[in-house]
Amino acid sequence: MKLTLKVWRQPGPKATGKFVQYSTTADEHMSFLEMLDVVNEELLAKGDEPIAFDHDCREGICGSCALMINGAPHGPRKATTTCQLHMRTFKDGDTIVIEPWRAAAFPVLRDLVVDRTALDRIIAVGGYISAPTGSAQDGNAIPIPKEDSDLAMDAASCIGCGACVAACPNASAMLFTAAKVSHLGRLPQGQPERDRRVLAMVQQMDEEGFGGCTNYGECQEACPKDISVENIARMNRDWVRATLSDRGEAVASAGTG
Amino acid sequence: MNLDAKVPGGPLEDKWDRHKKDLRLVSPANKRKFDVIIVGSGLAGASAAASLAELGYNVSCFCFQDSPRRAHSIAAQGGINAAKNYQNDGDSSWRLFHDTIKGGDFRAREGNVYRLAQVSANIIDQCVAQGVPFAREYGGLLANRSFGGAQVSRTFYARGQTGQQLLIGAYQALERQIGKGTVTMYSRHEMLELVVVNGRARGIVARDLVTGEMQSFAAHTVVLGTGGYGNAFYLSTNAKGCNVTAAYRAYKKGAGFANPCFTQIHPTCIPVAGDFQSKLTLMSESLRNDGRVWVPKRAGDTRKPADIPEAERDYYLERKYPSYGNLAPRDIASRAAKEACDDGLGVGPGGRGVFLDFSSAIKRLGEDTIRERYGNLFEMYERITDENPYQTPMRIYPAVHYTMGGLWVDYNLMSNLPGLHVIGEANFSDHGANRLGASALMQGLADGYFILPYTIGDYLAGAKLEAVDTSHQAFRDAETEANARLGKLLAIDGTRSVDSFHKELGHILWEKCGMARDRAGLQEALARIPALRAEFWENVKVPGSAETLNQSLEKAGRVADFLEFGELMCSDALIREESCGGHFRTEYQTEDGEALRDDDRFAHAAVWEYQGENQTPVRHIEPLTFEFVKLATRSYK
Ligand SMILES: Cc1cc2nc3c(=O)[nH]c(=O)nc-3n(C[C@H](O)[C@H](O)[C@H](O)COP(=O)(O)OP(=O)(O)OC[C@H]3O[C@@H](n4cnc5c(N)ncnc54)[C@H](O)[C@@H]3O)c2cc1C
Ligand code: SF4
Ligand code: FES
Repeated sequence: MKLTLKVWRQPGPKATGKFVQYSTTADEHMSFLEMLDVVNEELLAKGDEPIAFDHDCREGICGSCALMINGAPHGPRKATTTCQLHMRTFKDGDTIVIEPWRAAAFPVLRDLVVDRTALDRIIAVGGYISAPTGSAQDGNAIPIPKEDSDLAMDAASCIGCGACVAACPNASAMLFTAAKVSHLGRLPQGQPERDRRVLAMVQQMDEEGFGGCTNYGECQEACPKDISVENIARMNRDWVRATLSDRGEAVASAGTG
Repeated sequence: MNLDAKVPGGPLEDKWDRHKKDLRLVSPANKRKFDVIIVGSGLAGASAAASLAELGYNVSCFCFQDSPRRAHSIAAQGGINAAKNYQNDGDSSWRLFHDTIKGGDFRAREGNVYRLAQVSANIIDQCVAQGVPFAREYGGLLANRSFGGAQVSRTFYARGQTGQQLLIGAYQALERQIGKGTVTMYSRHEMLELVVVNGRARGIVARDLVTGEMQSFAAHTVVLGTGGYGNAFYLSTNAKGCNVTAAYRAYKKGAGFANPCFTQIHPTCIPVAGDFQSKLTLMSESLRNDGRVWVPKRAGDTRKPADIPEAERDYYLERKYPSYGNLAPRDIASRAAKEACDDGLGVGPGGRGVFLDFSSAIKRLGEDTIRERYGNLFEMYERITDENPYQTPMRIYPAVHYTMGGLWVDYNLMSNLPGLHVIGEANFSDHGANRLGASALMQGLADGYFILPYTIGDYLAGAKLEAVDTSHQAFRDAETEANARLGKLLAIDGTRSVDSFHKELGHILWEKCGMARDRAGLQEALARIPALRAEFWENVKVPGSAETLNQSLEKAGRVADFLEFGELMCSDALIREESCGGHFRTEYQTEDGEALRDDDRFAHAAVWEYQGENQTPVRHIEPLTFEFVKLATRSYK
């Protein structure tokens, strides 16, 4: 199939970017990234610099690939990462617009590559269970109802790609943060730190420059792992509860990330 | 080259406990005075970094991805083994040990493997405590399933995302330490040189992949947890960034490289679709618990699978290996698939595929149960192939998956180069010539959580280490060397892309050093690879500069190393005149086509020592002795 691509090119973090148009021919069995590989080979042959984009596993699990395709993070297919999107989704003659994630908290590094380390810093302030190596009791000592562990797994399947942020008109990281809060909050092991976790993570989210949530729901639509906005409601409840039980000191000592 | 494995004597069961008693300790007050560099943030690196920082060491951790959470370990699907015997089916440390030694075709060290089996139980406890949402039974207890090469259910899993969940557990433990300031994380940094001072590993040179800046880092000891080199083959199930660079640079600085020819081929991957293909996708081996593998009995049978009656199907694994059937180990299942296709019985485009059929499982258990067990894998398959596996069998074919070779290490996980520790897939590991399913995750976490934290203390407490910082000449030299190599790559300005060289190398390795090898093929590869390398250094085209984020340059550096390393793989395969595990030399097989080992000549690890540019490396051996298991022919019949 013949395609026209409009790709965001930006040589560096401080440089100004612009859309550049390319035409290429793709096979329907190619993944979207394989299509870009071919375009890059063509650019190279012409003496141009290839398009920079992040990717690694190409199996929909590492969360590296991050392309805004025709205005939708990871493209038009629901619950599908860019690397798992195949060209059969498109038609001969299509024009495809490819951009990086746009959010103040995700500065562009080059072309389609952005810096998503803000998400790591949200984890670093509390997105964990403090369980130092070597002190754990037997794994079956605390039975966990299958339903709880399944729900924890649903939330834990977030791949940290940031599509939720890119999709949100407020560039909010609520879905990502809420997924982690729910994953750990659903488990008995996560209870002792539940309050301080949610307070610290929400605070860090604000400090990183992510916007607030005003219930657009675009995040859930864009999420390649089908993480539900219900998690945001849970996080809000946890946050209110934690605030009311006045554990402010816990936040202060939770670290700065 | 000193290859003293340092395995403690005495009964197998007591070795590790006794050794732990003998290991020297670093006092808590002194731990923070020791700087530890950990390259890699996969299961091995992240678990080690978190554990060492908890102990009080001053840790720096590096990865080339933008976040430690994206290390290749994230992609592991099927599960992690542990000898918990929760199912009361007779499992024990001994049995896990025995399966692993046998599965590895008796090319692993007994002492190490027993220890791995022993600590496996603690790994599960640790991960549960961290909040890893393992699959559970309705009673709330942990669920298990079986994996290839085992007759007990000892595999713990988290849907089809086990590696992801284990890595996220380790990553969260790591982030916790980063938040506390005890670990400094350098993401988007690539280690390009190992720095050796007075015969000891004392630091690294890494390139900041965003700014291009070359930076030096000094430490008291260096740990490599940089993963495997399966991407030498270009097409593999590995993430695109997986490489051999860190291990290969350490090899060039004197660390022995063990068993480079041991590559695992995984039987259940989605077949190649076209020339543009950039990687192969694994379908978890757990599918073989319920899926039945078959091909049509008649060559060239193009009927739809559903139209082929039972009597005209060959369930060849069940036929040839009745006691393990579809759960035969990976090397055996892979070779059997290749044979079926070589005999013209393959299905799908190009005849490079066999069926993995769930229809009888769906009949027996219902579609819901199958969906519950494998739903996400089925979805992934459909997304890639556009075929619905609930309605028609999957098509699978073997692909390069894991590398059992790696830097040689002793019982303390230290290479022959003092101060250089190697963990996870980057070391030559405990798997022997073949890795059983669900055991790489186990080994990475065993190394990082439970072994290295003990043994590194022994090294630091015992070594007299002079003060070294990055102003030392060795760092200047290493930086100059790394910069020169990048400069050279950029200056060539030839006509061929890096990828085209990588594909050609991969093709040679797959054809000549893949699932089956022979003398003539390996000799041919050993002639073609140097020629390809020479062309690379004359004709590769790497655009851009070294002062920016330059993905072409990153790739070029990795492929340059693969082009040298590929030759080492073939040399190693040529000398090993036997068949064992993932190494199948067609000249050495039994009458019915099974692998024929030669224990008299090859019951050893082959360890290669670098001799300098364009010099033939020297092959040393570490003899493997089997005190506790009897060397026996591996049979799964
Ligand atoms: C698709 C797939 C499925 C699998 N399923 C299973 C399974 O079910 N069970 C099982 O037991 N095993 C499985 N495996 C194998 C297992 O996942 C790996 O062997 C294991 O995760 C390797 O872990 P590691 O920590 O050694 O390395 P990796 O996870 O590969 O981590 C390597 C780290 O090193 C870093 N690195 C590498 N080179 C450099 C450099 N030069 N400079 C800086 N950083 C560098 C990377 O950034 C990364 O952080 C699977 C593998 C694949 C490919
Ligand atoms: S919640 Fe979904 S969209 Fe957001 S980071 Fe996680 S996986 Fe990506
Ligand atoms: S490349 Fe890993 S999720 Fe797409």
